[in-house]
Amino acid sequence: MSIRDVLSPFTAWKNLFRDPVTIADPLNERPGAARYRGFHKNDMDKCIGCGTCETICQNGAIDMLPVSGVPAKLGDSGLRPRIDYGRCCWCALCVDVCMTGSLTMSNEYKWVESNPDLFRFTPGVDKKHWDNAELGYQRHAEKHLTPGERVEMPELEPAARIGSFTEIVDGYSIEQAKLEADRCVSCGLCIATCPAHMAIPDYIKAVRDGDYERGVQLLYETNPFSQVCGRVCTHRCEDSCAARHEGDPIAIRWLKRHIIDQVPQEKVLELIGKPAAPTGKKVAIIGAGPAGLTAAFDLARKGHAVTVFEAQAAAGGMTRYGIPEYRLPYDALDKDIAVITAMGVDIQYNQRVGTDIAMQQLQSDYDAVMLAIGLHQGRSTRIPGSDHPQVRKAVDLLRQITTGEKIEAPKSMVVIGGGNVAMDIARSMARLQLQQHGEIRVTLTALEDKAHFLADPVEIKESLEEQINILDSRGPQACVIDDSGKLLGLKTWKVLSIFDAERRFAPQYDESDEQIHEGEMVVEAIGQMADVSLLGNELTEKLEWNRGRIQIDSNGRTSENWLWSAGDCVKGPDVINAVADGHRVAISIDSVFTQQEAKS
Amino acid sequence: MAYQPDRSQYPQKKADGTLDIDLASGKYLKLWQGPQHPGITGNMAIELTVCGDEVVEGKTHVGYLHRGFEKLMERRTFMQCFPIVCRICVPEPDFNEYCYAAAVEELAGLEVPELAHWIRTLILEMGRINSYLMYLGGQAGAFGQGVIGQWTTYVRDLMLDRFEELTGARIYHMFIIPGGVRDNLPEGFAARMETTLQEIESTLGDVERVMFHNAVFKKRAVGVGIIAPELLDSYGITGPNARAAGVAKDVRKDQPYLVYPELDFEAVTGKDSDIYTRADVRRRDLLLSIDLIRQILVKMPKSGAVMTKLPNVLHWKIPRGETYIRGECSRGEYGYYLVTDGSGYPRRVNVRGPSYTHSIALFERLVVNANISDVAALLVSLHTYPPEIER
Ligand SMILES: Cc1cc2nc3c(=O)[nH]c(=O)nc-3n(C[C@H](O)[C@H](O)[C@H](O)COP(=O)(O)OP(=O)(O)OC[C@H]3O[C@@H](n4cnc5c(N)ncnc54)[C@H](O)[C@@H]3O)c2cc1C
Ligand code: SF4
Ligand code: SF4
Ligand code: SF4
Repeated sequence: MSIRDVLSPFTAWKNLFRDPVTIADPLNERPGAARYRGFHKNDMDKCIGCGTCETICQNGAIDMLPVSGVPAKLGDSGLRPRIDYGRCCWCALCVDVCMTGSLTMSNEYKWVESNPDLFRFTPGVDKKHWDNAELGYQRHAEKHLTPGERVEMPELEPAARIGSFTEIVDGYSIEQAKLEADRCVSCGLCIATCPAHMAIPDYIKAVRDGDYERGVQLLYETNPFSQVCGRVCTHRCEDSCAARHEGDPIAIRWLKRHIIDQVPQEKVLELIGKPAAPTGKKVAIIGAGPAGLTAAFDLARKGHAVTVFEAQAAAGGMTRYGIPEYRLPYDALDKDIAVITAMGVDIQYNQRVGTDIAMQQLQSDYDAVMLAIGLHQGRSTRIPGSDHPQVRKAVDLLRQITTGEKIEAPKSMVVIGGGNVAMDIARSMARLQLQQHGEIRVTLTALEDKAHFLADPVEIKESLEEQINILDSRGPQACVIDDSGKLLGLKTWKVLSIFDAERRFAPQYDESDEQIHEGEMVVEAIGQMADVSLLGNELTEKLEWNRGRIQIDSNGRTSENWLWSAGDCVKGPDVINAVADGHRVAISIDSVFTQQEAKS
Repeated sequence: MAYQPDRSQYPQKKADGTLDIDLASGKYLKLWQGPQHPGITGNMAIELTVCGDEVVEGKTHVGYLHRGFEKLMERRTFMQCFPIVCRICVPEPDFNEYCYAAAVEELAGLEVPELAHWIRTLILEMGRINSYLMYLGGQAGAFGQGVIGQWTTYVRDLMLDRFEELTGARIYHMFIIPGGVRDNLPEGFAARMETTLQEIESTLGDVERVMFHNAVFKKRAVGVGIIAPELLDSYGITGPNARAAGVAKDVRKDQPYLVYPELDFEAVTGKDSDIYTRADVRRRDLLLSIDLIRQILVKMPKSGAVMTKLPNVLHWKIPRGETYIRGECSRGEYGYYLVTDGSGYPRRVNVRGPSYTHSIALFERLVVNANISDVAALLVSLHTYPPEIER
């Protein structure tokens, strides 16, 4: 201790002359730092109501609630996050995890309110003074807490695949599938979009957990065609997937395929279990496509006796006679069908109703009849020369390929059409050309321009890889035939527009831009229609129709109370819709039976 | 080690060895200090038995915070635990963030980008400065010298400004996230930090003159509350409490982590092990932190990734494992023991905060025979943050 220790403390007196450091009015004078985690904002146009923010919030501060003026639509639940500032700790995990980047934070931290209830608010809906604040906590791309990139699907390289009909897609390995399944945020937006409302997040969780048996059970709850859908589904669900907004959608279709590929057929049968005891009711189903067989599966499981009449020698409908083998191998399809027949469904092959057996017969022999005949007649362009024998319909050719009939592949050919069927036939014929002539010369002409192509982008990409010459905005005018009657090719004009002001089909052409595309064969792939001749005149008269299709109610029942219809022939357009419709019809038929039981 | 305090005068022992404290005799008095007493750092109480103005027995009482972070975490996903941990220690939250993140990263096998290590070290040193600034105010306040707290609170606020612009928050930063840190330094940060450091240095000069070269403070603090060096290991004493006893225990040196091996420094020690020396060690350690921050801002990479890619945090599972991650906080060794069982939740998290050992076992020993008026200063000199006792 020294004299210094006595004097030194008096230096504190110098502060007498300092200005005070306290800010007199901090609430009004001091903005938060540029990256301050202040009050929340939410961009209503971007938010999709996926609820991922609600899931991550460890404080339970977020509730997803309906909001007036925000209707639910595909890919948007219509719900919006409401935040309770009595619980929030401003950790911003909700911002980091937000699937669209819609949820952000301002640098505002001042909010004076006498009513505590108001601190529970829906950002973006309840207008706040910070809604337009520019600064605040930002989430950079690398901070997004869920991975954005899809695990790439192993596929055959173009060179390895174009010479054969071998399946192109390999399927995920277990590790790959787990990684892909890991990306899903279990929001369920996809379920609403899937026509069959498959339990997508749950079966994706089964992949994460490696519990494939549970996965199969979940698949069969809503879809007996998982081998098929796991390969060729149009996967509209992926368009609604929350992950799409900041990266690739989850490969929902491939994960479904992965599950069903992991479980042996016997185990699948064991997991589904036996059908219910026989009820004594009999159902006839016309057409063993996905619609007919889905209803058959459901009804058989309820104990009803189901007979399916099928014109072809094998079941599957367009999935067998339309979709090429390189996309859907027959043995995969056979597995789905084997499970259905194992439920006691009796399929009568080579039985064309209307020819081999009459509708009236079915009406009198069965308690209910279902029509699921698909669309098997190709439409024609009816341009001059289209009646030439070398002008073929895509569906007829595809059917021939499946049945194994010998097809003389032309050295050059033209396909008319820009949809998936056009791609299927072009790619199938290209394979035959390569096998028979060693080179590919297929030209595909579509009315649409590249930006509006009807076919899947993947189909277009793969067709180009397989050396198909794709021409857009070309309108077919005539099949060119020489004096000796030989088909030389297709004449097209440039398309200026396809629809008129009322959105009616009325293509306009630039006639000066005319091209002749060389082809010994022209294939029309512009659409299909149902062959309803099996109905006969009397029934055709009796039934109610809607724009050329049989009219059905929301349960798939026609105006004749013994007849139901489903699938492409009444609705379409794809396998999963046929499956969903098949379920609906089965429920309807079963409930009619139950009502009959109750009455008797 | 069985503790036998010197009880030469009062009270006498009964046959069974317990103290013969007959409250009815009028010789003794029970006094409660806390849980709202200003001399108690936070919600904690001491039950004193005094004889005259001398303490004959002291018991610590905790449990006023009604929390249970470790248990809460067993029901939170690994990412959901991240915003919770900082709350385990209010004045110096960042060690929780660092230890938790490092433990998760080790068990999940994540590589953290180099730049993130630098920023983490920077943040930990910034937090240490704030913690010491609060301590200095508290230590002086315990002797009735309120002005020091006013000064240190002001400069601590300047450091909070730096925290705010770097992390987006002032107190609970939630910035050291498993996988890295949330962002790089903002534009112009180093220059503003330098201004802040100079302000703090200048204030510390004042503190030295007014608090440390002060006859009253010396009279009250020198030779009081001595921790005998032999107690260090048996009581698990770390940090400035150990270094003031002349033992250079510092995790930053002893088990280097983050970027400490690349920084140039020596552990700060003292030798008298009393309240005064502990305060002085902390003041000098604060100056060391200022120096370390300057070194970091010069040596750190100027750009690069700050976050590594994480799996989907919503169902992030971490393989079975266990680890203990430690760091040197302003009070000593801070540690997280994390056990994972392959599920999406921690199986067990145990937080080792130095306050637990220092302020329960050690304090109950040191307080015996202390003067009542020194009790508050003694507790503050151990640097206690009750939240980390009750995790
Ligand atoms: C080339 C092509 C590719 C396609 N690619 C895909 C795709 O990738 N993904 C997708 O989801 N969908 C695809 N589709 C559509 C899909 O195949 C159909 O939507 C689906 O098969 C419709 O099922 P359905 O049961 O209604 O009819 P269909 O599958 O057409 O089945 C109808 C069945 O009824 C039988 N039948 C018809 N008339 C009679 C009769 N009088 N008596 C007895 N039996 C009869 C037919 O032989 C056929 O087996 C494609 C279609 C085509 C043509
Ligand atoms: S900031 Fe954190 S606590 Fe607040 S709502 Fe978002 S996730 Fe929940
Ligand atoms: S995570 Fe984003 S997009 Fe999803 S509901 Fe929350 S705010 Fe909306
Ligand atoms: S697949 Fe996509 S839409 Fe479906 S639950 Fe997962 S993230 Fe959500």
